[in-house]
Amino acid sequence: MCLAIPMKVEKVEKDFAYVSIGNVKRKVNISFVENVKKGDYLIVHAGFAIEKLDKKKAIETLKILKEIK
Amino acid sequence: MRFIEEYRKPEIQKRIYKEIQRKSSLLKKNVNLMEVCGTHTMVIGRYGIRKLMPENINLISGPGCPVCVSPENFIDTAIEISKKKDVMITTFGDMMKVPGSFSSLEKEKAIRGNIFVVYSPLDALKIAEENLEKNIIFLSIGFETTAPLIAQTIKIAKEKKIKNFFILCGNKLIPPAMINLLEEKDTNIDGFICPGHVSVIIGTSPYIEITERFNIPCVISGFEPFDIILSIYILLSNLIEEKYEVINEYKRTVKEEGNLKAKKIIEEVFDIVDSEWRGIGIIKNSGLKLKKEFENFDAEKRYEVNIKKYSKNKRNCICGEILKGKKTPFDCSLFEKICNPENPIGPCMVSSEGTCSAYYKYEKK
Repeated sequence: MCLAIPMKVEKVEKDFAYVSIGNVKRKVNISFVENVKKGDYLIVHAGFAIEKLDKKKAIETLKILKEIK
Repeated sequence: MRFIEEYRKPEIQKRIYKEIQRKSSLLKKNVNLMEVCGTHTMVIGRYGIRKLMPENINLISGPGCPVCVSPENFIDTAIEISKKKDVMITTFGDMMKVPGSFSSLEKEKAIRGNIFVVYSPLDALKIAEENLEKNIIFLSIGFETTAPLIAQTIKIAKEKKIKNFFILCGNKLIPPAMINLLEEKDTNIDGFICPGHVSVIIGTSPYIEITERFNIPCVISGFEPFDIILSIYILLSNLIEEKYEVINEYKRTVKEEGNLKAKKIIEEVFDIVDSEWRGIGIIKNSGLKLKKEFENFDAEKRYEVNIKKYSKNKRNCICGEILKGKKTPFDCSLFEKICNPENPIGPCMVSSEGTCSAYYKYEKK
């Protein structure tokens, strides 16, 4: 049930952001996440963003993966 | 860039898998690794990861499905409240089929029609604003991932002075349940794959007690198949080197300190209380209850309901043992015979993320 998916921010309006994944669009509450900008990926759970996807860290993990022989 | 295509490249998966095989030959004994979270159980099933594991690595599924661990009397209470005048019950969809002592929300909906599925607690609040003549009850379940959303919804309701919105609070906390499992004598867990989205909120520190007190490695894992495989690889490495620490594999989403705003609002709105887990019993300090200043939103305060404790004779159902990782669905005489997703006997078959349901769909003996 703790399912949460990354969705892309299209527009920010006060405490809410309009996000999308494929053809699904939603308005989600962003009061737990700071500095949300258009183009960010938010981790969305039951109508709320619970965190922002950190691009740098995601690339870091990819690098670690490539280092495992 | 959502990091799905990049993470699903077969060559990466193959390489880690080869390493897992190599590491497994260095193990001195068979190891049991528990994935606590139901969503992890689903990923492991869907991508065939359990079958991929070398013989001496056993993946066991833990109690991390909030629907499965909601006790019978939670459903019974919700049903009793639904019989009151001018009440509308709102709930996450997974709860509809969960058996109470004698009925389910789905069956009751067929009788009275006043039970509705919502996607978010905010949707339930909106229904309350649009139906002022009714009292709207939201069935508040879920772990740390969900608790802040409900807390925020309650705060919005308070700010907007909404008087017809209530929650039936059944929220639970994950680390006390993990500790409870380890304190039981006959559970045999060598490492934890910790729930990613619970950890988004609570961060890495709550698991430190587990690693230090029980000498068990913990890895916080994401939900891509490679995340799980990499987490297993890290757990094996730590077991071989006898390093018992918390590793965050899901760094792209989980911060060390967690989500501070979300943690703060949980503390602001809820008190920690003892809580009953279906199939397990009461676990100390493992549940949440609305603080006094928010008790106007507590459905149990608004409606006094007398629930009799029914005997929990569930016809040989072993869900309790399965939730503790002591048995698998294949050990159950009901599994796939009279207990299936259309006719669930026990809670692990009800939710799509329950262990039995995941096994029914994906695992074959």
